[in-house]
Amino acid sequence: MKLALRELIRRPQRFATATVILTLIALLLMFLGGLLDGLINSSTEAVSAQRGDALVFSEKSRSSFPSSRIDADQRAAYDDAFGADNVGGIGIAQFGGRLPDAGPRDLISIALFGYELAPAGVPDDPPVDGEVYADSVLEDEGVTEGMTLLLGPARVPVTVIGFVDDVNYLSQGTLWGSLTTWRTVQNANRPDDPIADGVVQSLVVRGEIANVSVDGTRMLTIDESVDALPGVKEQRGTFGQIIGVTIVIAIVVVGLFFALITVERIGLYGILKAIGARSRTLFAGVLLQAIVLTLIASVVAGVIAALLDRTIPPGAIPFDLSLGRLLTSIALLLLAAVIGSAFSLRRVLRVDPASAIGSVI
Amino acid sequence: MTAVSMSNVRKVYRMGDTDVVALADASIEVGDGEIVALVGPSGSGKTTLCSIAGGILTATSGTVVVGGHDISGMDAKQLTDFRRETVGFVFQSVNLIPFLTARENLLVVDEIGRRIGAAAKQRADQLLEELGLADRAKNLPGQLSGGQRQRVAIGRALMNEPSLVLFDEPTSALDSKLGEQVMELIQSEMKARNTAAIIVTHDQRITRYADRTVTISDGVLAA
Repeated sequence: MKLALRELIRRPQRFATATVILTLIALLLMFLGGLLDGLINSSTEAVSAQRGDALVFSEKSRSSFPSSRIDADQRAAYDDAFGADNVGGIGIAQFGGRLPDAGPRDLISIALFGYELAPAGVPDDPPVDGEVYADSVLEDEGVTEGMTLLLGPARVPVTVIGFVDDVNYLSQGTLWGSLTTWRTVQNANRPDDPIADGVVQSLVVRGEIANVSVDGTRMLTIDESVDALPGVKEQRGTFGQIIGVTIVIAIVVVGLFFALITVERIGLYGILKAIGARSRTLFAGVLLQAIVLTLIASVVAGVIAALLDRTIPPGAIPFDLSLGRLLTSIALLLLAAVIGSAFSLRRVLRVDPASAIGSVI
Repeated sequence: MTAVSMSNVRKVYRMGDTDVVALADASIEVGDGEIVALVGPSGSGKTTLCSIAGGILTATSGTVVVGGHDISGMDAKQLTDFRRETVGFVFQSVNLIPFLTARENLLVVDEIGRRIGAAAKQRADQLLEELGLADRAKNLPGQLSGGQRQRVAIGRALMNEPSLVLFDEPTSALDSKLGEQVMELIQSEMKARNTAAIIVTHDQRITRYADRTVTISDGVLAA
């Protein structure tokens, strides 16, 4: 082991190329992960922040908020099952929002949530009708506290009384108000499909959901509800495949590099085997070097990725780098390093100690 | 005491459809502290005999006992342990590890083996002192002369306090004067430690440093 480490320290130039390539791969992996998390978060925060055990959708809605309707009787059934304090209605209206003094076509995409049980980061009590809390991302669009926004073609006014964080929905900034505010905005802009009093689009429920069943509805856990949002599975699948290919490239890079370096070392390994080194000791050295290189590459890439995270202006691209994502990327790269270096095992095993003592016969 | 005892050792290589006899019923004994020069032309089988005595190759038949260990029936793992514990090697092209200092090259033997730590460091320092390399302990092989490198290799071979040291053409890369110095050093170190040595060479001049010269030709030993 000391031998392998000393080689790394004293012959760094030998490992420089592989380390640079691994650093670029690690950076790519972390950047892709950050993009995936950023995209997913910008689509799902409003749902994942719900402080409940499940969301309820109408059975025929395909777990989609816009087409879901929970009527008063169904709501009452859930109130009976979980207790009225543990059930809250949710409604979502997605319209263009117009800032004061903005042009007629100068709209920002907004999702207005009506709520009863507040998600994480949103004040427990909904504001009075006609007032809303705004997601802080809307500040970048020019929304300020006290500003009145006009929502939808009907230009329904709502007044922003404060800001909340991390509650994006389908890459839109969100507003959070009472169910009445939501219903007013929805019905004014969709007079052809009015939502009656007492009807909501979804319910958030808190409690043991296993034995509860209400006709015409279905419950999904919060995670299932997140996955049911449009595009989320596709984004995860696409990025997952790209990340998978990147990992395979890392395996190939580590594998090829250590295969080549093992070929160069056959003479040295012959000597070491002749004086009594076991193959497992030699392979442990290869493995250690692969792990150290990968850790160095990961740390450098992690620092660069963190700097990128701080440098990229908010809202420029959906990039969200978390410690969990960094650690996951490093773990995947280490796995790639172990698998890649394992390709050298056979070659190390086949080194003949007799090669150290010259040609036999 | 007998350090090495080889009886009727035979080594046959299969090459295509042909069997090549590299060593034909060789028998030899080397006593403790005895230096044997094994002389013969290229391809005569001297390296094969040396490799079998050192546990690098296994004999096709016959018995090999080194330092009291019968290695004839040992598997590869046992032979690896045997080499690490019982035999020292000095290779033809020196073969020091280029990125380790002289002292670290000696300590490699401890790193791959018993790991006696401080005692190994003490022994390495002592050997370097005896070999006249104390002031070169921190030098890399590239910073040493040919003779100094060979002395480091001798030190490495002695690190595990072996029963037998095998020298494969130890002076072939050195000029005459340096070669003589190295042979004198080998002679004095082996005698001082009462360690047996087999020196493979095709240079008749160095046989005068050996207690006995054994000639091998076409795999057959002749006293």
